[in-house]
Amino acid sequence: MGEVEVKLLGSWMSPFVRRVQWALKLKGVTYEYLEEDLKKKSPRLLNYNPIHKKIPVLVIDGKPIAESPVIIEFIDDMWKHNPILPIDPYERSVARFWAKFIDEKLSNVVRMALFSEGEEQEKAVKESIESFEIVERELFKEKTLIGAGEGIGYLEIILGSFCTWLPAIEEGAGFKVFDSNKFPLVNKWMTDFLELSIVKEDLPPRDRLVSYFQQIRHFVLATKK
Amino acid sequence: MAHEEVKLFGMWSSPFVRIVEVALKIKGVQYEYIEEDLQNKSSLLLKYNPVYKKVPVLLHNGKPIAESLVIVEYIDETWKDNPILPQDSFERAQARFWAKLIDDKCMPSLWRVFRSKDNEQEKATEEALENLKILENELTDKRFFGGETIGLVDIAAKITVYWVQVAQEVAGVGIISSQNFPVLFKWIDDLLSCNVLKETMPPKDKLAAFFRTHSKASK
Repeated sequence: MGEVEVKLLGSWMSPFVRRVQWALKLKGVTYEYLEEDLKKKSPRLLNYNPIHKKIPVLVIDGKPIAESPVIIEFIDDMWKHNPILPIDPYERSVARFWAKFIDEKLSNVVRMALFSEGEEQEKAVKESIESFEIVERELFKEKTLIGAGEGIGYLEIILGSFCTWLPAIEEGAGFKVFDSNKFPLVNKWMTDFLELSIVKEDLPPRDRLVSYFQQIRHFVLATKK
Repeated sequence: MAHEEVKLFGMWSSPFVRIVEVALKIKGVQYEYIEEDLQNKSSLLLKYNPVYKKVPVLLHNGKPIAESLVIVEYIDETWKDNPILPQDSFERAQARFWAKLIDDKCMPSLWRVFRSKDNEQEKATEEALENLKILENELTDKRFFGGETIGLVDIAAKITVYWVQVAQEVAGVGIISSQNFPVLFKWIDDLLSCNVLKETMPPKDKLAAFFRTHSKASK
């Protein structure tokens, strides 16, 4: 197979972009990274992702793919070595099921908590905690996640990116959803995950992320007045 | 092939269940269908889908799979004849992107129109129309979304539009018509000429009666 030209449109503060970067790293794919300013979206971004106008966008020989789970599956389809998703169809379905749950019931809900206030925010916080309860009880029961020391696959990328960002979001926005005492299995997994070199080597500095989410929070509260 | 036990837990009025049924039929998979009463969920459903407690759930050799798009990908990967997703990696990504858009944005926004109270309905309708416009712009005069035979996006989109046609008539809200969404509208006519879809859809009057009963119940 010939070489393809790979570009990634992203932002340093996005866990969704980080997912794609981990996937590309696992496959050893060389790519050009293009930082996007989300406060002033470039014509390039709007051209490559006219529907959602969001990052990440992976561009393959000039053709764009958007939505991080779709991008990661593409990367796994395109470069067959070091598989990211399990090989067995049933295990793949379990990984996809949980990835969808994490995105819909954790990532999205925490985002709602970040962008809302009062009763609406309380509701989102409550829902996030309930989702963590389900993850603690059902996902880890399945032993679906491989031990962090054994490597990193699709579900680990999805959950790990979210868990890595969460403390900074919580601190920046001033709400709490993750209680390490309440969720010991998730907590242990998260701690091990953060020690993986692929994760550790280029995480954005914590204080920079916290400051970013503080700014978001100020903006949200200001516009609501 | 050795006998494989395939069961589908469903509810006849759910479009998501039909999406899975169409996939099974395309593949020629024999399955047992189990109708669930969602007001009185069976212990099996709660056992097989403890996270969402919803249908559809596919059971294959005793192992459960939930979430319609996850189930369809499983079906496509397990039974290899008549592929539902494209073979090319980039085209597969496009199919997944559009199926996700229909599932995440189009369907929920349409449902909000039919469920919202009067003062919210205008805003909900606006959002639903925007999402449908995105679909309309992407579809072409081609019979199928990505190829020569029916695929994932065709199944998801056409079933969605079929359900919307019935729901909008019952709700008295015009969303899709031949004037505002000519391509989507034409696609639906085309659906009825596709045997596997035609055979799998519930009769429109039965579905309409169901929506009528339910909208009364929720008032």
